[in-house]
Amino acid sequence: MRKSKDRLRNESPNQNPRGVTDPGASGPDQSLPRPFAGAGGGCSAEGGAAKARGASGTWCEPDRPGRIKLLQNRVLLGRQSVSSTCTPLGSTMIHSLFLINSSGDIFLEKHWKSVVSRSVCDYFFEAQERATEAENVPPVIPTPHHYLLNVYRHKIFFVAVIQTEVPPLFVIEFLHRVVDTFQDYFGVCSEVVIKDNVVVVYEVLEEMLDNGFPLATESNILKELIKPPTILRTVVNTITGSTNVGDQLPTGQLSVVPWRRTGVKYTNNEAYFDVIEEIDAIIDKSGSTITAEIQGVIDACVKLTGMPDLTLSFMNPRLLDDVSFHPCVRFKRWESERILSFIPPDGNFRLLSYHVSAQNLVAIPVYVKHNISFRDSSSLGRFEITVGPKQTMGKTVEGVMVTSQMPKGVLNMSLTPSQGMHTFDPVTKLLSWDVGKINPQKLPSLKGTMSLQAGTSKPDENPTINLQFKIQQLAISGLKVNRLDMYGEKYKPFKGIKYMTKAGKFQVRT
Amino acid sequence: MTVGKDVSALFPDVVNCMQTDNLELKKLVYLYLMNYAKSQPDMAIMAVNTFVKDCEDPNPLIRALAVRTMGCIRVDKITEYLCEPLRKCLKDEDPYVRKTAAVCVAKLHDINAQLVEDQGFLDTLKDLISDSNPMVVANAVAALSEIAESHPSSNLLDLNPQSINKLLTALNECTEWGQIFILDCLANYMPKDDREAQSICERVTPRLSHANSAVVLSAVKVLMKFMEMLSKDLDYYGTLLKKLAPPLVTLLSAEPELQYVALRNINLIVQKRPEILKHEMKVFFVKYNDPIYVKLEKLDIMIRLASQANIAQVLAELKEYATEVDVDFVRKAVRAIGRCAIKVEQSAERCVSTLLDLIQTKVNYVVQEAIVVIKDIFRKYPNKYESVIATLCENLDSLDEPEARAAMIWIVGEYAERIDNADELLESFLEGFHDESTQVQLQLLTAIVKLFLKKPTETQELVQQVLSLATQDSDNPDLRDRGYIYWRLLSTDPVAAKEVVLVEKPLISEETDLIEPTLLDELICYIGTLASVYHKPPSAFVEGSRGIVHKSLPPRTGSSESAESPDAAPSGAPPSEQPAVIPTQGDLLGDLLNLDLGPPVSGPPVATSSVQMGAVDLLGGGLDSLMGGTGFTAPSAVMPANLGPPPSGGLGDLFDLAGGVGTLSGSHVAPKTVWLPAMKAKGLEISGTFSRQVGAISMDLLLTNKALQVMSDFAIQFNRNSFGLAPAAPLQIHAPLAPNQTVEISLPLNTVGSVMKMDPLNNLQVAVKNNIDVFYFSTLYPLHILFVEDGKMERQMFLATWKDIPNENEAQFQIKDCPLSADAVSSKLQGSNIFTVAKRNVEGQDMLYQSLKLTNGIWVLAELRIQPGSPSFTLSLKCRAPEVSQYVYQAYETILKN
Repeated sequence: MRKSKDRLRNESPNQNPRGVTDPGASGPDQSLPRPFAGAGGGCSAEGGAAKARGASGTWCEPDRPGRIKLLQNRVLLGRQSVSSTCTPLGSTMIHSLFLINSSGDIFLEKHWKSVVSRSVCDYFFEAQERATEAENVPPVIPTPHHYLLNVYRHKIFFVAVIQTEVPPLFVIEFLHRVVDTFQDYFGVCSEVVIKDNVVVVYEVLEEMLDNGFPLATESNILKELIKPPTILRTVVNTITGSTNVGDQLPTGQLSVVPWRRTGVKYTNNEAYFDVIEEIDAIIDKSGSTITAEIQGVIDACVKLTGMPDLTLSFMNPRLLDDVSFHPCVRFKRWESERILSFIPPDGNFRLLSYHVSAQNLVAIPVYVKHNISFRDSSSLGRFEITVGPKQTMGKTVEGVMVTSQMPKGVLNMSLTPSQGMHTFDPVTKLLSWDVGKINPQKLPSLKGTMSLQAGTSKPDENPTINLQFKIQQLAISGLKVNRLDMYGEKYKPFKGIKYMTKAGKFQVRT
Repeated sequence: MTVGKDVSALFPDVVNCMQTDNLELKKLVYLYLMNYAKSQPDMAIMAVNTFVKDCEDPNPLIRALAVRTMGCIRVDKITEYLCEPLRKCLKDEDPYVRKTAAVCVAKLHDINAQLVEDQGFLDTLKDLISDSNPMVVANAVAALSEIAESHPSSNLLDLNPQSINKLLTALNECTEWGQIFILDCLANYMPKDDREAQSICERVTPRLSHANSAVVLSAVKVLMKFMEMLSKDLDYYGTLLKKLAPPLVTLLSAEPELQYVALRNINLIVQKRPEILKHEMKVFFVKYNDPIYVKLEKLDIMIRLASQANIAQVLAELKEYATEVDVDFVRKAVRAIGRCAIKVEQSAERCVSTLLDLIQTKVNYVVQEAIVVIKDIFRKYPNKYESVIATLCENLDSLDEPEARAAMIWIVGEYAERIDNADELLESFLEGFHDESTQVQLQLLTAIVKLFLKKPTETQELVQQVLSLATQDSDNPDLRDRGYIYWRLLSTDPVAAKEVVLVEKPLISEETDLIEPTLLDELICYIGTLASVYHKPPSAFVEGSRGIVHKSLPPRTGSSESAESPDAAPSGAPPSEQPAVIPTQGDLLGDLLNLDLGPPVSGPPVATSSVQMGAVDLLGGGLDSLMGGTGFTAPSAVMPANLGPPPSGGLGDLFDLAGGVGTLSGSHVAPKTVWLPAMKAKGLEISGTFSRQVGAISMDLLLTNKALQVMSDFAIQFNRNSFGLAPAAPLQIHAPLAPNQTVEISLPLNTVGSVMKMDPLNNLQVAVKNNIDVFYFSTLYPLHILFVEDGKMERQMFLATWKDIPNENEAQFQIKDCPLSADAVSSKLQGSNIFTVAKRNVEGQDMLYQSLKLTNGIWVLAELRIQPGSPSFTLSLKCRAPEVSQYVYQAYETILKN
């Protein structure tokens, strides 16, 4: 197993299809008809690349389970090549997926139909170069024959290649779903983890998309088809020769409740609901609110036996006029009675997300007093900020963290916090202050001076202060769950509701 | 990966492993097959048996796997054998197998379309739309959509109320991806009336609450499209508008990539229906850590939503943005302030003072942007904010970008009389004349000429210097031409030059970067697709341009005004709502005119206007006298030597220019005919004709009083007519009409009146009133007065549209006795806004492909066949509203024969 991993890692540089050429390999595609040949200018070049790839795929007799997986991966790569030359124009939704790390290496590629040459990523790299920061790479990049749609998460670019007119949101949503699935499978989604689990990654990707059509994207179902790797299972598989591939049709996939598998059994029947609200706000210099909105979600962890039918009602459902539901929620019932009625998926899921934007409804739980001044003449600037609680309904504000991007002209800062730790990075000019809890009796403050580059005029821009905080046991919008009932099963479940308010994009301008 | 070992030799052995019970092994064998079947087509046959067997396996997972794999084996020999198993799987009892098989049909179609059709799989697929399982329905729809995309002509997805109903039922139950397929399919349906549209909308609205943003956007597309059919008076219409806002706002709290796509679409939606988001300005406020691509889009939408009610907030925000770090963003923010000033008049003053504050920051690029937008503000509100010029002049030295320099020079030239040292300022620019960009050079030339006309005594030397720089030392034809025009103007008649150059400029329009309404309507049909991200129709960028079906919004059926006008249908929006939009780039003069009317970004607006005027003037004035070199002696001393060679270039251009003016403005005008004889109208005789000049339609009337008493108090009114023609101004006859007196008057018309279909289509009923009585008459107007200036279609678009219009809409006519050559025909027609898109020579015949657009947005495509030597032409017309063909033909005939 160990050995195969290493080899997998080593093989990525060799995957360059143009680099691998074998004159002895029979070009498998030449004699075949091309139903739509000539329609795409790029087909011949890609066809050539595909041939090289097809020939380079190796096949050996499967002997050991560990080996099988490794080979399967290769075949998955190789198999695409065959179809490529025939269908330069197949209207597959997503042709290929490239995973690119922040230093610009393509460390994984997957093709669902034809092999698209890696060189297509050059257009992406160009765009990446133009954008100063990774976050600023435009999500849609046109190339002469393809479109590249990308998302940037966990310091990895997920670049999808499409060739025809498809809804970009479809692709982007799918990419996010891929990332979520990886995270769900491996705990974290990072380059190292993906490389370590490359076999499972390919198996999962193959199950998620067939010929460009999404196949199974619910993680409940995927996990039945391909079991997530655990140390125990790896050991067992190696010894017994069994596999990660489930051999039963996932039960939920076609039922009326595709999100739930049947035959769920638990000894402790529990249902937990977390109401989490994030405040996005922009506060101006004088402390008045420019915009404020709440993005709320209700995340659930439901471990209930059988087919429970739940209803969740709120004390003040009128707050929720802009909501997005998990497919399990019966929309009609919500429309008429403002009650959430649903058969829950098994395990963790997001039941509902909502949005409260009417400004008078949004209480701002903290305030920041600031005095940041640069003087034209002197090379010193004053810096002072104080954080205090505002409308917290008597709850403690904790986990407070203040960050601010200081202007380029600031060379260094010498500051003293009344509590917590602070750091200033003179290279990135990022000031961060980990405040911790706010004690209303003794407000935390950070005071000191900034040394500015001598001889330059004072900076044009004012730093914006970014705030993070948490308030437990409070939903700032005032949303309250009234009751949770269960029908359809006989046992009595344990129910729990938790509230929490967090800062989302909370910005104070100075 | 080990390099290049061909393992196809193991084929027989691997195929032997196919009948294993181990699922993973089976998967691997299938993968091997997909990879190597092609290289061993003969041996691949061996696998057929197992496929057939696996397709009957008790485990549905294996049946589905077999079908899925089969579709990926692209070997012709095998394909035939696979038809039977596929047929079985399409009717499998397990929905999982059926849904996999549905996708397989699409794969097979890709390999061998004929086979799929022959085997009747398409019908089976269509049957699957009525399947009991929603997942199967969704996949069948997806497969049919894919197949239909490669055969745009085939009517595969035959949508009718029954199948729509099934789709709507499946919509509620299938997965999110399936919902997207179904919604996209629904969007192509054309409901038969507003009630059906409403009922579909009602069933689609719940999708707006879906967590998947792609589902939400597809639902928005369906709703935006079908809303077009709902009457605005309907309660439901209002409810729907309200329901659309929250989901769009919610999209903005998603990941930045999703936000970007959403914002691009919201940009379209805001242009089409600003009322949806008019109260949601704040969600578009920029957070400082938004990615730049999101920031720029938000800014765009903020300006679109800016109104008197929220301008204060918007300005405060924009000012905040102008102090940010990102240069691109800051520039755009400064520009946005200027656009706000132009859009919301009440805010202009605050905008100007905000801009002045920004200029005080002395940040180089902020100052330059501010100066560019202040120039636009001057053009919108002349003689109002000139007090700031002094501040602007202080920053003269810091300007290093051409656009800012050009703007500053324009300001100096325009207000030369108020700037004491204008000549010094301009002279300072002149030193490096040849190093400047063309934009600046042109602007400098114009500014100095203006200065000369305003202060002739001190600046004669300067103007000579610039004219010689422009005409003798420059390689740029534009610059040279403009130099010559000014030179001759000044030398012929300085007074006329003053009238031309210092003429009052037209005000710039409010919204400058709106998408053209027809394109916007098309794009609304493509919400959520790449087209909506690029704001271009798919035909403009989808490779191979196959499967392009131009989509258009459905006509509104409920409302009264257009229900009566089937002609107005394709344009969707009633004409009155159409904002003035600058036509796309046309010929040279078109460009110049655009610049003049057009967006503030355009560099040298004043100068172009003078060029145009100059050209007209030259036509009338005659060039001969110019050659003599009268009046303005200083330059003309140089001219003869200089004029020797250039006239071929410079003057040739000029004539082109003049010709251009002629064709653009001179749509054919028929001689006046008597419309209302004196006998019928108690002595009032009216004769008249219609004309179209530079986009304006007018009715030229000759009113003669043949009675014995004085006539006064004239008024005119039109009955409702097919194209909404209506007087744009009252009939202005100031003095009473004495007996035997004749007055000639030109009545401007517009096309925003009420619409009613007339028979014949071009019938116009007119009522004229005077102090004696009210008189009625009716007349027929030639259709070509309704041909608009931007009626030139792009080639690609023309081809696609031509194919798209059904053949039964084609009408053929003969135009006899017209001995013109193809080129003459083409230029003659162009004068009346019938544009030649392409010209071909087929078997000795000249084929002209022409397009024209009516004021209500109807496109008419024409194919004109000209046999050299024969005086009769064949005209084929294609139009979505075939009723107009007859009249278009008449227009052709009149234009060509006169």
